[in-house]
Amino acid sequence: MEILYAILIAPFVEMGSYPDLFIQALWDGFVAGTLYGLIALGFVLIFKASGVFNFSQPILVVLAALSLVSFYKMGIPAWISVILVLILFYVLAWLVERLILRQLVNQDGNILFMSTIGLTFIIIGAAQWIFGGVPSAMIVNELGFPNGSLEWPMFDGGVYFEMIDISAAVIAVIMIVILAVFFSKTKIGRGLRAVADDHQAALSVGISLNQIWVIVWFVAGIVALVTGIFWGARSDVSFALQIIGFKALPVLIIGGFTSIQGAIIGGLIIGLGEKIFEIYWGPLLGSGVEGWFAYVIALVFLLYRPQGLFGDKLIERV
Amino acid sequence: MFYRETGQFKSKYKEELAAFPLAEDKVGIAILLVIAYVFIPIFGIPGLSFEFTMGAIMIPVFIFTITTLGLNILLGFAGQISLGTGAFMGVGAYSCYKIMTIFPDLNIIICVILSGFVTAIVGMIFGLPSLKIKGFYLIVATLAAQFFLEWAFIRVAWLYNYNDSGGIEGTNKEMFGLIVSGPQSDALTRYFIVLTLLVLLTWLASNVIRGRIGRSWMMIRDMDIAAELIGVRPLTAKLSAFAFSSFYIGISGALMVFFWLGAAEVESFDVSHSFTYLFMVIIGGLGSITGSYMGAALVWVIPVLIKEIGKTAFGFDAFVMENFSIIFLGVAIVVILIVEPHGLARLWQITKQKLRLWPFPY
Repeated sequence: MEILYAILIAPFVEMGSYPDLFIQALWDGFVAGTLYGLIALGFVLIFKASGVFNFSQPILVVLAALSLVSFYKMGIPAWISVILVLILFYVLAWLVERLILRQLVNQDGNILFMSTIGLTFIIIGAAQWIFGGVPSAMIVNELGFPNGSLEWPMFDGGVYFEMIDISAAVIAVIMIVILAVFFSKTKIGRGLRAVADDHQAALSVGISLNQIWVIVWFVAGIVALVTGIFWGARSDVSFALQIIGFKALPVLIIGGFTSIQGAIIGGLIIGLGEKIFEIYWGPLLGSGVEGWFAYVIALVFLLYRPQGLFGDKLIERV
Repeated sequence: MFYRETGQFKSKYKEELAAFPLAEDKVGIAILLVIAYVFIPIFGIPGLSFEFTMGAIMIPVFIFTITTLGLNILLGFAGQISLGTGAFMGVGAYSCYKIMTIFPDLNIIICVILSGFVTAIVGMIFGLPSLKIKGFYLIVATLAAQFFLEWAFIRVAWLYNYNDSGGIEGTNKEMFGLIVSGPQSDALTRYFIVLTLLVLLTWLASNVIRGRIGRSWMMIRDMDIAAELIGVRPLTAKLSAFAFSSFYIGISGALMVFFWLGAAEVESFDVSHSFTYLFMVIIGGLGSITGSYMGAALVWVIPVLIKEIGKTAFGFDAFVMENFSIIFLGVAIVVILIVEPHGLARLWQITKQKLRLWPFPY
């Protein structure tokens, strides 16, 4: 009985008696969810355009953040560093297409997936070698993002909104709108969707598969840069960032592998869900449940709605 | 020339079905066993110190071969992908530790094998989602197992007897008057025990795979619907694959802690290790026992040798060599996938075919 009370009633009583804490938790979950969504977005872009499940997306986020900070430390102005990082990602996209994807055309999806794991290791080794593995702070102010926080007093307490988190949410929304327009209105976007539908048909109407792959990897790189800046602002820039990349998998399961808005909404569900669960139900289990809670939600989805909320119904069930 | 089957006649079915029907194979295996049991303990590997040979190369390679065999049974033979290998090794290690504290007088080998059974049960529980989903989706289910178990290894203090360090540690264990495990044990004794277990487990695996259960795994892997139509039950086939594979992985986890590292914390079982074991299977070759040996040896030994040679011969610092070996591993995976997606085992097969015909081209 006591256990039932602790599970079913006590957390809600706590939510009701400290509403400011509850709102703070919601906000934190919302911001974390946006960032999970951004990482998942990188996965979705590449999966949509080439059917490759790109395991290296989290490490691209780390690479973006790390190279940006390192360029800045070399004395290059912040905005020029951003441009340099973009150039780096374009070169990387081109190399990946030329050296890996082009060699593996027509291979099974599993093989392509494993090759991106190999790529992950190459990037980890190279990035640690060149930029060093020491955690460093993200150059938020130098990039012109506001710092400090907004305080909103309520119910004898107060809720803090970090300015950088607000910027992250705003920029995430802008980026999703731009991507949605890019995918549906521009010529390249139509090309991307055509490639995703059918490689051969796309080739036969004159769409260059290789070019499309370079573009989509580059766009995923831009998404990684944005994610890297904001995630780096919340915690230090280090290789520990890639562990959050594993959270993108449950996000994809919930949102669906092929849906841009699904990635963001899945991210929000995971972010909010795990924050609330950790704060109100976590102590019952000895805290630290954030590590696996997302996967449990994903498992439930897999068993009852395997294509996710917005995914195409392509999944093959056993 | 070197390798041919002409003139080797069989007069009984039993001989046809033997594990090594060819005389060349029998001789080859016998030579390998003699090298492993006699030559390496006496002479070591030329150019490397004995301590280094045992502690950094032979014992870990044998242990990881058992892991790779286990994962290969699941991934290569039954076609179910898993990224929870690291955590399942942890289950083996922690359960072996608990069994040893509850029954202090029990022989350590029996503890290790019992921990394999415990892991098999845990593996079956986390294998349940495979009945409904497959492919990438199963990765998520096994990652759930990985992260949940990692959390349990930290938070459930009962698992490490409530000690302050939060890790598990081996104590001296005797068997037939010899200290076989723990800080005072001799590397050579541990080597022989690990080697013997490896030989026995390989023998078991090769027979199970050739038998009814193994063939039902392969049918499920190749086409699950067709397999179901001709009477293979997916439930038993998949769960038995998870159980069997976890049994091996659990044993290797227990061996890793009590016969190699001596002590371990949760970091020894994290997700990056799961990836390393996956690489061993991929590079070695999916669905091949020989491949498991080659994959484990290559993925483990090459980075160790790179680091050692870089340090002693060229004087590079450890940080550079560490990164170099990570890059090397990544490049090796990509190259193997491009050149021969079926891994080293396929290359070995091609070599054998060539040896059959040598010196003629066909």
